[in-house]
Amino acid sequence: MSASEPTALERFLNGILPENPIYRQLLGMCPTLAVTGAMKPAMTMVAATAFVLIAANVIISLIRGLLKPHLRILVFTLTIATFVTIADRFLAAYVYEMSKQLGSYIPLIIVNCIIISRCEICASKQSVGVALADAVGMSLGFGLALGSIATVREILGAGQWFGVTVLPPDVWPSWGIMALPPGAFLTLGLLLALVNWIGQRRAESLALREKQSKG
Amino acid sequence: MSDEPRKGGYIPQAWLVILLALFYGAALAGTQTALGPRIEENKKNETYAVIPQLVEGASQEQTKAVVVTGQNGNEQPVYQARAADGTLQGWVLPAQGQGFADRIDLLIGVTPDVSTIVGLYVLDQKETPGLGALITGTKFQNQFRGISTDQPVVVVTSEPQAGQIRALTGATISSDSVADIVNQTIANLKEPIRKLER
Repeated sequence: MSASEPTALERFLNGILPENPIYRQLLGMCPTLAVTGAMKPAMTMVAATAFVLIAANVIISLIRGLLKPHLRILVFTLTIATFVTIADRFLAAYVYEMSKQLGSYIPLIIVNCIIISRCEICASKQSVGVALADAVGMSLGFGLALGSIATVREILGAGQWFGVTVLPPDVWPSWGIMALPPGAFLTLGLLLALVNWIGQRRAESLALREKQSKG
Repeated sequence: MSDEPRKGGYIPQAWLVILLALFYGAALAGTQTALGPRIEENKKNETYAVIPQLVEGASQEQTKAVVVTGQNGNEQPVYQARAADGTLQGWVLPAQGQGFADRIDLLIGVTPDVSTIVGLYVLDQKETPGLGALITGTKFQNQFRGISTDQPVVVVTSEPQAGQIRALTGATISSDSVADIVNQTIANLKEPIRKLER
């Protein structure tokens, strides 16, 4: 492939923050809003999505030379749907309660744009190593985003983190709204603003330093 | 797409898709074979755990599954819910049918003579979150309590009368599905269960 494509390390690092799927690309909003009421469902979702993303990226990269341009989206969807179904059955067999709680959000990973976008942008164009690094980086970025939102919502909404009480009820009057859908929008909006604000400040200070070093 | 067929016909174009579909199909069949029994086991454990909620006074230890042949000729298990002293408190009927998105699995609790519904529980569903998925809520399920099995359950969108339940939303597919599954199952199993030995 052309020399301008990012390397494995660049792909990996980009996925975590510079091209974070949630905070930078605003993809995969459905699970971000729907399952971040507490850490346990959020992390189950992250694990299932990471499994599908990694498997799909690796397989698409392996068969990238055989893809017909007009049939590629069909192949992506077929691959993603297969691994989502495997993940769904696996959760139902080993973490039944969690699988019931997540309900249709696990099958809905099929339509998570993060996965199909990585197949299209990276896996169908680059080698297996790069595709794997890209999938792991993006999964970490997704985990970071869902983890941060779920942390804020579970602590403020229930005084707990991963089901363990961190703010006892006599200290903290759990804000029920944080566990409900409005809490998801509020938290996502505020964290999105925070991440962008930090990013902007860093860019400004970098630009300033460059200017000074030149002058 | 152009009007002319693509060069070489379908196979050279689609062989990869066909091959992948076969390969993925085999992978899914393998997964289901490996994990299916475990998932069924989980559902069965859950069934036993909720039977005391469905049939008042039933004891989990005294409950046992018996096979009954429905009026459609198919054999299926039903659960005899017995109190700790062994008296029959009612029956729990596993039932399933098509919902809006996927199969809905239900448990229906009925009185010993199958004349009245005493409880309903949704074991598995994949209905729309926030709308159809509310069939898992107790508010919806409790409406079935006390309905006579002489008449089919009717779904309405206004204030329900005797023998009726109120749909969750104006679009009633999920509510209708649950009511249909309940009606079909009771129609199928009512007489056979009455003939069973107590």
